[in-house]
Amino acid sequence: MKTTRVIPCLDVDSGRVVKGVNFVELRDAGDPVELAARYDAEGADELIFLDITASSDRRETTIEMVRRTAEEVFIPFTVGGGVRTVEDARRLLRAGADKVGINTAAVDRPELISEIADEFGVQCVVVAIDARRRVVATQSGSGDEAPSQEISGSAQTGSLSWEVFTHGGRTAVGLDAVEWAARAVELGAGEILLTSMDRDGTKEGFDLQLTAAVSAACSVPVIASGGVGTLDHLVQGALVGKADAVLAASIFHFGEFTIAQAKQALAQAGVAVRPA
Amino acid sequence: MGSGSPGAADAEANPPTIAVLDYGIGNLRSAEKALEHVGAVAVLTADPDEIAQADAVVLPGVGAFGRCREALAQTGLDEAALNAVASGRPFLGICVGMQLLYDSSEESPGIAGLGVFAGTVRRLQPGVKQPQMQWNQLSLMNDSPLFEGLGENPWMYFVHSFAAEPSQYLLATCEYGGSVVAAAQSELVFATQFHPEKSGQAGLAVLRNFVNIAASSREVRAQRAAQQAQLAQQAQRRAV
Repeated sequence: MKTTRVIPCLDVDSGRVVKGVNFVELRDAGDPVELAARYDAEGADELIFLDITASSDRRETTIEMVRRTAEEVFIPFTVGGGVRTVEDARRLLRAGADKVGINTAAVDRPELISEIADEFGVQCVVVAIDARRRVVATQSGSGDEAPSQEISGSAQTGSLSWEVFTHGGRTAVGLDAVEWAARAVELGAGEILLTSMDRDGTKEGFDLQLTAAVSAACSVPVIASGGVGTLDHLVQGALVGKADAVLAASIFHFGEFTIAQAKQALAQAGVAVRPA
Repeated sequence: MGSGSPGAADAEANPPTIAVLDYGIGNLRSAEKALEHVGAVAVLTADPDEIAQADAVVLPGVGAFGRCREALAQTGLDEAALNAVASGRPFLGICVGMQLLYDSSEESPGIAGLGVFAGTVRRLQPGVKQPQMQWNQLSLMNDSPLFEGLGENPWMYFVHSFAAEPSQYLLATCEYGGSVVAAAQSELVFATQFHPEKSGQAGLAVLRNFVNIAASSREVRAQRAAQQAQLAQQAQRRAV
């Protein structure tokens, strides 16, 4: 049976968990290893650490965090941020990470995806894509689809496209997000972590059209990210966005909802999940 | 923790040593740490002597079948693994470590597996996302000490695009675009397609069972050795 994973994301800066609002304002939400162990105990299916600093002098801090996490956490975890070479990936995997997330470096040099996949297998290569709407769809009402809205007609979705951004959402690179996702899979991505830059930090829900478009274009699992503010957003991500996994940060970190509540909401909506 | 399995008390009093074969593939630390967490003395090692002395052996594996097989050969750990199996000590293959126990895999045609289990590893059915990268519920097909205390349908974490074909060794299946072999066993050689070291408390329970199996097997071997020594002594006395 296909089951949908619930993944808390921990943005880490210098060994502390933070969560940016639109990647700018940061709030401290604690020790990453402690949080990770709590999420494991609460029934999270997987964890993602995004090292948002990732400068070379902080590399050891990250490796140490990965080591400590591997000693206390027995669910899969991905570490992304600052992975630029096969060696970077090797260090993280040897320290205990199950997967590595690559974003900017993959856009700069797509062969990196294949190199890591060839060395360690596609299952440990998560290509992270930060996407922003290029064209605002001309729809009735606000002009921006409500989170719960169904994907309507190809004419509307056809007029939409999303551009890939790198460097934490600062640099537009001129790639189409859906095409880039498909290419990344061809090159050896085992999973796509898809973040809507328009929605990230807004609590307005996933960009469901983006999620559905990328999920349809990819033969590998897609993790929806960016914008979760309610449990219904998670449900919509699975049902409408066809996401294989749903990611959220602040709603979990600040105790608004528990993993168990998230899973209950998904199960009640008919989305199969591992019970928490 | 109060498991009723034969090795449990012994495992606690005198933790068995479990060699985790280190052939440079991906994340091997998880298996080591998880085994330590459930009370084993886990050693991540490529040393044939250390492996020969361990009470049980774990063969992890991620990535492509061919590449893992090649790495095993390069490090000489294929010999060590086969010796461990031949010695009758408990053995556990995880994920690609399970697949390597079979004769071959569709993933890497022409490359021979270790051939401990007869059969071929095949691609998952089309129509579902691959790899299967998710939690799934097992259906246990046979009783096994590996799944003691886990109930009928424990949840485990899977990451794979290939799986063994069903055979007489079948222990558990899961549903993913069809029935998928999730675990197999022949005597004390166990294999799981899922990752027990990544399956939370349920996975740790599987590893705890394996550690208990290692402890009771060590006990059995010690008794057998003592009996043989006694017989040899008696024979010597009669000869005198």
